[in-house]
Amino acid sequence: MTSVHDWDVTNPVKTNRTGLIGKAVERYEGPLKVTGTAPYAYEVQPPSPPAYGVMVGAAIAAGRITGADIAAAEASPGVLAVWTHLNVPKQAPRGTKAHPRSSAGSRPALEDERVAYFGQPVAFVIADTLENAVAASHLVKLTYDADAPDVDFLARLDEAGQPPGEQDVEIGDFAAGFAAAAVQVDGTWTTPIQNHCQMEPCASLVWFEGDKCIAHTSVQMVKPAQHGLAETIGIPRDNVHLMTRYIGGGFGGKGQTYDDLTLAALGAKALGRPVKVAFTRQQMMHGTVHRPATVQRVRLGASRDGTLDAMSMMTWTHCHKGGNFTEHASNFCRALYAAPNRLTGHRLVRLDLPAAGAMRAPGEASGTMSLECAMDELAEKLGLDPLELRIRNEPAVDPENGRPFSMRQLVRCLKEGAQLFGWDRRLPTPGQVRDGRWLVGMGMAAAIRGNFLLPAKCSFTVEPDGTIVVRQGMTDIGTGTYTVLAQIAAETLAVPLGQVRVEIGDSELPPAPGSGGQFGAATAGSAALMAGMKLRTAIAELATGDPGSPLHAGAPDEVTFQDGVIAISNRSETLSDLIRRAAPDGLTVEGEVRPAQDAQQWSTQTYGSHFVEVGVDPVTGEVRVRRMLGVFAAGRILNAATARSQLTGGMIWGAASALTEANPVDVRYGSFLNQDLAQYLVPVQADIGEVDAIMLDEVDDKANPMGIKGVGELGNSGAGAAVANAVYNACGVRVRDYPITPDKLLAGLIAQGR
Amino acid sequence: MRPFTYERATSAEAAARAAALTPGARFIAGGTNLIDLMKLEIETPAHLIDVSRLPMAAIEPTAVGGLRIGAAASNSAVAADATVRARYPVLSEAIVAGGSPQLRNKASVAGNLLQRTRCPYFYDTTKPCNKRRPGAGCAALEGLNRNAAIFGASRACIATHTSDMAVALVALDARVEALSPSGQPRSFPVSELHYLPGDTPHLETELIPGELITAVVLPPPPAGGQTYRKVRDRASYAGGLASVAVAGGQVALGMVAHKPWRASAAEGALAAGASPAEAIARELEGASPLGRNDFKVPLVARLTAAAIDDANGRG
Amino acid sequence: MRTTITVNGEARSLDLDTRTTLLDMLREHLKLTGAKKGCDHGQCGACTVLVNGARINSCLTLAVSHDGDEVVSIEGVGTVGRLHPVQQAFLAEDAFQCGYCTPGQICSTLGMLRELEAGVPSQETAPGAKPDFTGAEIRERMSGNICRCTAYPQIIAAIQRAAEEMA
Repeated sequence: MTSVHDWDVTNPVKTNRTGLIGKAVERYEGPLKVTGTAPYAYEVQPPSPPAYGVMVGAAIAAGRITGADIAAAEASPGVLAVWTHLNVPKQAPRGTKAHPRSSAGSRPALEDERVAYFGQPVAFVIADTLENAVAASHLVKLTYDADAPDVDFLARLDEAGQPPGEQDVEIGDFAAGFAAAAVQVDGTWTTPIQNHCQMEPCASLVWFEGDKCIAHTSVQMVKPAQHGLAETIGIPRDNVHLMTRYIGGGFGGKGQTYDDLTLAALGAKALGRPVKVAFTRQQMMHGTVHRPATVQRVRLGASRDGTLDAMSMMTWTHCHKGGNFTEHASNFCRALYAAPNRLTGHRLVRLDLPAAGAMRAPGEASGTMSLECAMDELAEKLGLDPLELRIRNEPAVDPENGRPFSMRQLVRCLKEGAQLFGWDRRLPTPGQVRDGRWLVGMGMAAAIRGNFLLPAKCSFTVEPDGTIVVRQGMTDIGTGTYTVLAQIAAETLAVPLGQVRVEIGDSELPPAPGSGGQFGAATAGSAALMAGMKLRTAIAELATGDPGSPLHAGAPDEVTFQDGVIAISNRSETLSDLIRRAAPDGLTVEGEVRPAQDAQQWSTQTYGSHFVEVGVDPVTGEVRVRRMLGVFAAGRILNAATARSQLTGGMIWGAASALTEANPVDVRYGSFLNQDLAQYLVPVQADIGEVDAIMLDEVDDKANPMGIKGVGELGNSGAGAAVANAVYNACGVRVRDYPITPDKLLAGLIAQGR
Repeated sequence: MRPFTYERATSAEAAARAAALTPGARFIAGGTNLIDLMKLEIETPAHLIDVSRLPMAAIEPTAVGGLRIGAAASNSAVAADATVRARYPVLSEAIVAGGSPQLRNKASVAGNLLQRTRCPYFYDTTKPCNKRRPGAGCAALEGLNRNAAIFGASRACIATHTSDMAVALVALDARVEALSPSGQPRSFPVSELHYLPGDTPHLETELIPGELITAVVLPPPPAGGQTYRKVRDRASYAGGLASVAVAGGQVALGMVAHKPWRASAAEGALAAGASPAEAIARELEGASPLGRNDFKVPLVARLTAAAIDDANGRG
Repeated sequence: MRTTITVNGEARSLDLDTRTTLLDMLREHLKLTGAKKGCDHGQCGACTVLVNGARINSCLTLAVSHDGDEVVSIEGVGTVGRLHPVQQAFLAEDAFQCGYCTPGQICSTLGMLRELEAGVPSQETAPGAKPDFTGAEIRERMSGNICRCTAYPQIIAAIQRAAEEMA
């Protein structure tokens, strides 16, 4: 039985004797990244010149391939192979798990004649050069028997059903509570499909060394990638050595591998030479997962004093016909505000669109865009400051399940944010402030995001020169994993940061769940701390048991660690002296962390507040974000710089969700309209003014042994709503159909007579 | 990209001659649009004639008090030119509203004029497009055409011309200088360079095969203030929803038609004493929005009125 | 097609496919993988390099058209042991996360500083005015480099820090 109380004992991270924990140390891998010498998957130099693979996407969204003419492509200069479903090398049938404990089953590429979504890879060309491969890929001629794609989400809402295994959650009697409420808000918001648009398109490079498959790819989770590839190409799992050392952005979209990896491996095997394959930017849009659209109905019923009597949030969303992914946009509100009568749930429609999947703050990112605007509308109806409305509905315990909060500083986030931002200067009536051609407004919203701890392992080695090597099958997608692992190791073993080496992103290292759900730092870091603690013990035992050590015959638990020196009172030696003498091959231990079985007794979340100032041009409907401030409470912070960067990044994502990001579906063709970065508008520098994120001092001892929590997604939660509320405050127009583009805002401005 | 041969032109005359003689030849200068489209095989030249290093990048005064801008001058060079900034600020402003600094450093004046539409259905080669394949149909017509033309479109094509620079040039009454394959120079207004789509949207410009734009010539600037305003979904590095260039009483609109749209009706009304709002309303009487792009009508109305006021304030 | 380009100060002579972009020449032929392929269509800026001192998108230009040109990629800006002040500032301000856009951001910064010096206008510069060094001005000038991790505020801080140090 593991318990959160097992974590009550002190440890070096908590003690933080040298102050390294929390310090804004520069990124461990930073020098490589700023010099362009960190090799991402496609850039690894293989042992012999690679061949270049290029995928061809389906031109229809549903139906089947009736013919494949590959003769011209095969005859094209430099071409080494052209494959469709008719001649692709044999792969294990979909879902095969030859090894029963594989964390992913077979997912064959070019599987059969069926087309399940637009852009699905349906052919593959390998050539001696990239130019020849691309040119030949245009020569593959496929004919189709197309079905009318079933992709019209809004037209299919009536057919939406409960996601598998889920039920609506009702507490009290929502209908009665809402009907009886003195003040009501009842609104429907819609959020669009969004694409991750990681700067590095998915890419893989594979070669074989004998039976061993060496695979470099760009993926957030190592083990499922390794297992899935082994299962797909039908080789033992241990024969796949998968590496993902530098990852050019993930955001959930690289939570799985795609056909680039499978096809690179099949190609390398067939040709006996390295093969590399990258998605084009255009292929990324359909070929990898997206955040699905939602329709959200929010109903809030309150007393005149602002106390919520009833709240409901129902979300309709969509996934691929073959999938079950559900954008749980209603979930977050279950822990956010007190209200005795509550109803939440989800409805899912299956469509012939590409697979929906997790994208930064899945659930919260979409869901806060409605609820936190509904709260703004309610505050206005009540004549209350929206900040005060939230404070009045602050629950003492988790309102859904009655559990105590492990730690909740939402109100402090709200109050400190308001003060730092100058919220008191906001005029509650919209449209009152002008600066040149801009109408200026302020908005705010609350932020909440769950916190998780997953099982993970990690090894620590002390090498003869005293270097501490951290090894873990973990990933760094830009989050700072390398850096925080180095900090934890240095603080735990009391060595200088420069004496730590971190090796991650490798399937042959102790497994960790990877990056996702803002669980990475807590999970990987806790395992590292455990390994570090074990290494301290092992070193102490080695020294005290070694007749050659000045510490010989001392009590292991009296050994102290400082600056690479171990000591018992005035007897000491350097770590490297000990290891060189007593363990010349180095000393390695493995540690692990598991979720505490009683952790569920607490409601554990991360919290924050957002304050935003925007300008709206009332002539054109253009919006500019002038200022964003977030104040967050997310446990102990391991690195003030990388954590702040995660938070400001999330905040800007929120702003972009409010203002620019969307991918409409052309229902005639079942394809997205925006197929590149000129059309799909992620934010640019000029979109975003001053941004800052403040982190409150906090330690959550129910979260994990370090008392830390995640920050990677929290910043995104609520930020878009704060922008939307600021837009309203600036110009008096509420747009519930995101994003708030000039055309929509203009319609509202004109309707107001502006 | 399809394989192609490449040569670096030695003179404008030789370039024009070679272009006419070589099947499938195209000029390339900055290449920022051509290579983009070649990668998608929307453009498939068999031969490229590189004119970027020809001595056609000078920006120099004309005898009549105007300015001659070499066709190979980079967009950045034009925007930064002291004379352009002092006497034709609308041109400088329009250029820096387009693309990114990197693109503007590479893109040439002629290439900017000859850039092709950014209609998403033109770019998605799985969809019918009369520009890419005459007679195939127009996927945008019944599609997600929020950014389609409101002036001068046809059933065959509702795409817009998305250059910012060209809008300013049209407002400034600029002329194109071109050299034919036979060595004949000619000159005509920029406003006549681009065609409306009609039934042949694949025929986009007045240039004959092999004809090379060598310069753009600006007359002396009209009296009055100048300004360029562009509205887009993102603050920078994005195509526009609508734009307007004002130079004195001369007004041109961008992203509303298959060509930079000279707002002649509005100009006439202004000259007759109408207010800016009345004047642009006159122009917009000729607009034919399609539903999803209806917003462009009030957007252009408001934007243009504001821009004329701005320009008057600067004059 | 035989092409000679000076890359990071060293003349490199290659026999190239006419279709090879400057970006692919750097990455696939010279193994200089610092310039990144984020979109391959001039829509993200990750491939930004300096050609004859000016920043351009190396993905949208043919290598053969650069015969005789001088190209500086991130590898020519500084090395791990000898970081350029802009690289140092990006590290110090945590001006990147995944790092994929970073070489392009840094090369773009160098080009941008030169453009500012030369008085090249932007849409933030009032007509006729000399550009200044405000946040809004730099943000506009750096808008051709997308960072999906959106380290935008940190990038501006890094550029301001570097400019002070280089002044």
